[in-house]
Amino acid sequence: MLEQKISTRDAYGKVLVELGRRYPELVVLDADLSKSTKTSEFAKHYPERFFDMGIAEQNMMGTAAGLALAGKIPCASTFAVFATGRAYDQIRNAIAYPGLNVKIVASHAGITVGEDGATHQSIEDISLMRTLPNMTVIVPADAVETAQAVTAAVEMRGPCYIRLGRPAVPVILRDDYRFQLGKAAVLKEGKDAVVFAAGIMVHKAFEAASVLEAEGVEVAVVNVSTIKPLDRETIVKWAKKTRAVVTAEEHSIYGGLGSAVAEVLGEEYPVPVIRVGIKDRFGESGSPDELLTAFQLNTDSVVNAIKKAVCEKSRIAC
Amino acid sequence: MTEPQEELIRELEAKAKTIRKDIIKMLAEAGSGHPGGSLSSVEIVTALYFNVLRLKPEEPLWQDRDRFILSKGHAAPVLYAALAERGFFPVDELLTLRKLGSRLQGHPAWGMLPGVEASTGSLGQGLSIGLGMALAGRLDQRDYRVYVLLGDGESQEGQVWEAAMAAAHYRAGNLTAILDYNGLQIDGPIEKVMSPLPLPDKWRAFGWEVREVDGHNFRDLLTAFDWAKGVKDKPSMIIAHTIKGKGVSFMEGMVDWHGKAPNQKLADQALEEIGAGS
Ligand SMILES: Cc1ncc(C[n+]2csc(CCOP(=O)(O)OP(=O)(O)O)c2C)c(N)n1
Ligand SMILES: [Mg+2]
Repeated sequence: MLEQKISTRDAYGKVLVELGRRYPELVVLDADLSKSTKTSEFAKHYPERFFDMGIAEQNMMGTAAGLALAGKIPCASTFAVFATGRAYDQIRNAIAYPGLNVKIVASHAGITVGEDGATHQSIEDISLMRTLPNMTVIVPADAVETAQAVTAAVEMRGPCYIRLGRPAVPVILRDDYRFQLGKAAVLKEGKDAVVFAAGIMVHKAFEAASVLEAEGVEVAVVNVSTIKPLDRETIVKWAKKTRAVVTAEEHSIYGGLGSAVAEVLGEEYPVPVIRVGIKDRFGESGSPDELLTAFQLNTDSVVNAIKKAVCEKSRIAC
Repeated sequence: MTEPQEELIRELEAKAKTIRKDIIKMLAEAGSGHPGGSLSSVEIVTALYFNVLRLKPEEPLWQDRDRFILSKGHAAPVLYAALAERGFFPVDELLTLRKLGSRLQGHPAWGMLPGVEASTGSLGQGLSIGLGMALAGRLDQRDYRVYVLLGDGESQEGQVWEAAMAAAHYRAGNLTAILDYNGLQIDGPIEKVMSPLPLPDKWRAFGWEVREVDGHNFRDLLTAFDWAKGVKDKPSMIIAHTIKGKGVSFMEGMVDWHGKAPNQKLADQALEEIGAGS
């Protein structure tokens, strides 16, 4: 695995400039956080196509809807907590219901926001966006996938939510990785258990798999970067192969990837599903790494969850 | 600015009558819906669709068309009636309002019915959408104009003022809002519920050019729309003084007729009054 660390928001800022060149109809909106979301890069290159809407997220989403109705491809960015929470009704009624071509690319999702604390740590955005009809939801695992996912989002038609993070995170995917919208990527095979992971937890899942490999447990790692539409086929296939399922995400265990996987497997192939995620509580201040440990989103937590899933499968007393 | 022609005014008045009748028939047939705010907007919407807006009903997505957004989406009947009378779809279809499978949803739904420019109904959102269209028009160097109709109660929504600020900031001279100042919302008079007054001063303070008109007087309305086209560097606001339920005596100024449909007997009475009215 490579040592290089890049934040997904940085990757977004960079790819936007490239996309701006290829797509003259691309416009970008931000709500006074362009330096943080990295849309400032686009603003520098294409000032006439960048709209700072001020600290007014509801109007930003509505304006994005209007731009889309007039043929533009708007990317609207701010922190995930404000993008999805503050402007939920605007996204619901003005964007998702008419199925408009608006891309909501939100940064600073999850607890790795760090010191700013709970008000700025979105733990429920996937849940909010996933439940909206017409909405596509993507959680890229790293910088490589972010660039490809944002490109795919701009190239598809219809509303899309992309969830990005604040800290620099390991680049885990190689340049020859190909993101496919609606397809989960099997990054590592294994017969004893499978981890369906998204975002930064894909990296943790890899680490957990290596730890367990040393103990003779073979763990598959699947990157479920498109959370909606969910790749049911791959999920059921790997649940059948391993019959021990773990989900891992930097999001509430309610409504996110864990819920989505459990919904599918509950209907199609019931097996134990152990969810690694935020257990129905708000975030708090701390450094990203401290928080990941405190909230049981570190490698050890994934290892323990895998052990539990394997244990339940073999019906050994745990 | 030219004095509006007498004949044009007479034609518009006749259209307004037809549209008022359509509204009553639609609501009576649907058995639910919002007469008060539909009737107060009849002259505003009639002036727009039968004189002001540059449109091609046979080509509803014509790129250079003027856009009209009914931000107060509950007044859908007045929009649907105007669209049908203007030829966007058959007038007969008006009677499907609010029924299962109808293109005439309870609140305007984009992509279903020709001529509907945005999905509205959640109040406070239309001005932002209109601003987006106006900004896109400018980027594309198209000279279409965007019109947004707001309710006075609706202007209690914070998003309206976010949009007001942004439209002035971006000097959206191609954006005109019309405020249906009928003084009433659901829980009562706007000043009692949550006063948004003084409206003209507020909009001016937000950087808009403002005019006040009698919202039932075509001469006033046409002059104001002409004026708005001439405002180049700022968004413009036409505050239209209206009467909620206008044209039906038992509905005029009555809060209770905000959101309930007349039964057949009252509908007949309303249709008779509208027919007899001048
Ligand atoms: C966000 C939102 N809140 C509440 C409502 C319910 N509602 C529908 S109409 C209305 C009153 C609107 O009053 P006004 O804007 O004055 O409209 P008009 O008098 O022209 O009918 C309310 C509160 C809504 N549609 N949207
Ligand atoms: Mg009112």
